[in-house]
Amino acid sequence: MTTITLQHNKISLALHQIQGGSGRPLLLLHGLGEHGRNMSNINLTWNGPIWALDFTGHGESTVPRGGGYSSEILMADVDIALRQLGPCTLLGRGLGAYVAFLTAGARPQLVRGAVLVDGPGLSGGAIHATSTGEFTEPGPRVGTAPDPWALFELSRDARPPNYALTFIGLAKAGSGLEDPVAVTCTVNPPWVEAIRAEAGVLTDITVQEALDIYATN
Amino acid sequence: MIPETRSFPGARRPDRTRRQDVDGVGIAVYEWGKESDPVVFFVHGGSDFAGTYDVFAPLCADAGWRVVAWDHRGHGDSDHAALYSWDADIRDALSVMSSVTDSPAPVVAHSKGGAFMMQLIDGSPYRVSKMVNIDGMPSKRRMPDVPDHDQSRLLAGEIGSWLDYRHEAHSAERKPGTLEDLARRRGKMNPRLSIEWLEYLVTIGAKQDHDGWRWKLDPSMRFGGFGPWRPEWSALRMASLPIPFLGFIGTVDEPMGWGARERDIRPWLPAGGHLEVLQDIGHFIHIEVPEIVAPKVLDFIS
Repeated sequence: MTTITLQHNKISLALHQIQGGSGRPLLLLHGLGEHGRNMSNINLTWNGPIWALDFTGHGESTVPRGGGYSSEILMADVDIALRQLGPCTLLGRGLGAYVAFLTAGARPQLVRGAVLVDGPGLSGGAIHATSTGEFTEPGPRVGTAPDPWALFELSRDARPPNYALTFIGLAKAGSGLEDPVAVTCTVNPPWVEAIRAEAGVLTDITVQEALDIYATN
Repeated sequence: MIPETRSFPGARRPDRTRRQDVDGVGIAVYEWGKESDPVVFFVHGGSDFAGTYDVFAPLCADAGWRVVAWDHRGHGDSDHAALYSWDADIRDALSVMSSVTDSPAPVVAHSKGGAFMMQLIDGSPYRVSKMVNIDGMPSKRRMPDVPDHDQSRLLAGEIGSWLDYRHEAHSAERKPGTLEDLARRRGKMNPRLSIEWLEYLVTIGAKQDHDGWRWKLDPSMRFGGFGPWRPEWSALRMASLPIPFLGFIGTVDEPMGWGARERDIRPWLPAGGHLEVLQDIGHFIHIEVPEIVAPKVLDFIS
């Protein structure tokens, strides 16, 4: 496995090549608290290069000081990787599924299908205004564990269904794909439930079936 | 190099400065007035810095208050962080406030500072005794001084533009210029404030390098944008504030203003809350007419 480093503002991102080859890459996005190398455990077939990204604060990517995480910043991590790799199919687990979904809407011409898989951090936080209690110290980072601020903030970032619907609209309008997003999750937090009902979203499909469809699109 | 300086009538630099470490991010903290006086916290808006209170804070300090303010992360003399968020700003605020007092204290907050302090109070009502919100109340208009992903606009071009900027952020630099250049540039965003005041602000909020002055604001920050946040969330939080509340708005729109109208705000005022609408005044109410605002604020927090 080879690893390259990409710069996203003050963060160095680790991008791991899990499988070589030619053709459109598959980019794997890990769940909350995981890292890119975990994703090599997913059982899938892809006839082309496979890469896995460590999000900010995870794996071999920089752990910043003082938190400030959002899913949108992780979407920008993915966009940095897309500029390096070119158009990709995305497969995201948990938090990575939400980030893959956002990226499909934000960069519809670069994301050739986003496959959403169950995993840690899929749900996120509230879907409306909540009272956020005082919390100023997450405790020290243990060894090579992910940034405690990432675990805290990305487990409760707001994901209103109408926000998600805007992104599925952007993905449909900009990708040229009939179904730019495939939901393989069995867990249905409100944002997943909202997009499941939308045109342009594949449901009742396995991960491999979705990948096979996107490989030919 | 000896930096150029400017003075402004009534402006006074803080009596004390220090740094507060907030989980590795250094926050610059400032105080006006005697340490033995009761505490009031002043919170600046987006793109600003605590020095924008250099006239208003001394008026309150001279009336017997210990005024404590700080530069938000990425602003003024506080550290440039890798990540910015509304929640991180709230945590920084809580860290500074708890370093000064464990007792509830009044807060005076402007613009974005007003909005995020309402969220802080909603979660930590025991920290604040009274709130003065200067044009930081909810509006259906976009909020131009709210960073990046905290906005609700979701145009594809806006998202793409924000992502494009992230690619260049690591090498972004503020454009250098003379002191007068920077004041003129800021004047486009603060058209109602005098050039003398803006030149004074340059000497506080910018630094002088060999090739000219640059604003200290982290160049990787980009205001405007998109995100899941909804204006009505601020409205809900304002309506449920459990403390005495005084709001100020002006009637003149400005580039940095939120465009909130009296009719937008009144339905969401908390119980017993009061709103002052100042005619022919813009977004920077406490800077435009400190002599009008200060007595009202002092009367309210006393």
